This record gives sequence, C-alpha cells and structure tokens, in this order.
Amino acid sequence: MLVLARKRDQSIVIGDDVEVIIVDVHGDQVKLGITAPRHIPVHRKEIYEEIQRENIRAAQSKAEGLEKLDKMFKKR
Amino acid sequence: MKIGTKAFGEIEIPEDYIIHIKEGLIGFEDIKEYVLLDAGKESPFKWLQSLKEPDLAFVAIPPTAFRLDYKLAVEERDLVAIGIEDPKEVTVLAICVIPHDDPSKMTANLQAPVIINSEKKIGKQVISTNQRHILRHYIIEEMETSFKKEAKEGGGQ
Repeated sequence: MLVLARKRDQSIVIGDDVEVIIVDVHGDQVKLGITAPRHIPVHRKEIYEEIQRENIRAAQSKAEGLEKLDKMFKKR
Repeated sequence: MKIGTKAFGEIEIPEDYIIHIKEGLIGFEDIKEYVLLDAGKESPFKWLQSLKEPDLAFVAIPPTAFRLDYKLAVEERDLVAIGIEDPKEVTVLAICVIPHDDPSKMTANLQAPVIINSEKKIGKQVISTNQRHILRHYIIEEMETSFKKEAKEGGGQ
C-alpha cells in the first residue's frame, strides 16, 4: 500500500480524473473532499459492510415466517 | 427448465425468467443468475431465488407495497448500468429479513434496493441516495402508519 503524508488543503490525484483533497483535520477525524466523474461510485466502506451483513441475514429468512406475514397483509 | 428452490422445491420455469444481477448482490458477488418468483397468489412478496443454488433465496417486496410514499432515489449511473432510460420503467425490490422468533418484526432494506430492468432481465443492488432510506424498515409498522396517513389525507382511491 502506498502511504503519503498530506497537510490540510493538499491533495492527491488518482488516475486522470479523481482528486482527493484534505479539507480539514481535527483530532482523529479527517475530512476529505473527493472529485470524481459521476460513473465512479464513492462510498464509505462501512456502508458496504453493513449491507453485506444485512444480505447475509436476509438469506437466512425462512418460508414459514413469510406465510404468517402474508396473513397480516391480507387483513388489509 | 427445472430448478431447485428454497420455498417450493423443484419447479419448472421458463428460461426467460432468468435475471442477471450485475456484480451479484453485495456479499454474494459470485452468484449472478436469479429468478423472481411470486411468494403466493395474492402475496406482495417475491422470492429472489438463485438459479443454481436452491438454498440461496431472498424474500423481497416492492417498497410501495408498504410505503405508499416511497420514491426511488439512486444515482443515474445505476439506472444506466441496467439499461433504463425512463425511471418509471424500473422494477424496485427491497430485500427483507424475517426474524425466526418473530416474523412480525420483519424488516426491508431500502438503503440498498435491487433495481431491475424487467424487459432486459438485468438487475443490480444499488445504494439509495436518500439518507432516510435505511437498512431496516419495519414493514408492518410502517405499513400501518403509511396507510393511516393516506386515509387521513384522502389521497387513496
């Protein structure tokens, strides 16, 4: 992994069209500004990890539970 | 063709039922082919069933079935990825979790809906750009609130 030291307002450039700028540093928190073309998704890593965990939970759902729920829906 | 399913055992499906999920579902990236099955005749629920792995299937629901005010909020590139030009043509499904001990506490994931181009049979799990779309929406609870609100405002038909 490449490790670079940067100060506030300095940036790094990835490829031709992605720029990451250090907007602010406060204690253990760093604020980043990211400029990237619209087709490049940028997300916090935790979001992917949370969705992954939720999908794994979802895969454990059973058909029997669903039958009970269908009855609740039909009441409407 | 015959396939094994989690909910219905072995069933026969037409080949054009197969949906290709681009990049797979998050956490299940290796599995890209699914079929969408109705959970029951009058049920709003669907099964997103893996074509090749009978034990892998997800319960899913169109968000508008429990949230009348639901509006899809995704990046345009995600619609482009599945070949959708008019957002009205997209099929949206929220993946559900049914807790074994209490099914009424079932939740739907609106943070990462699955969007499908039904005509081209291409889908993708995407991340909502609306921060109020969270991982766990309690379906029964929100359905009651949503329907009451609709009745009060007289928006229903």
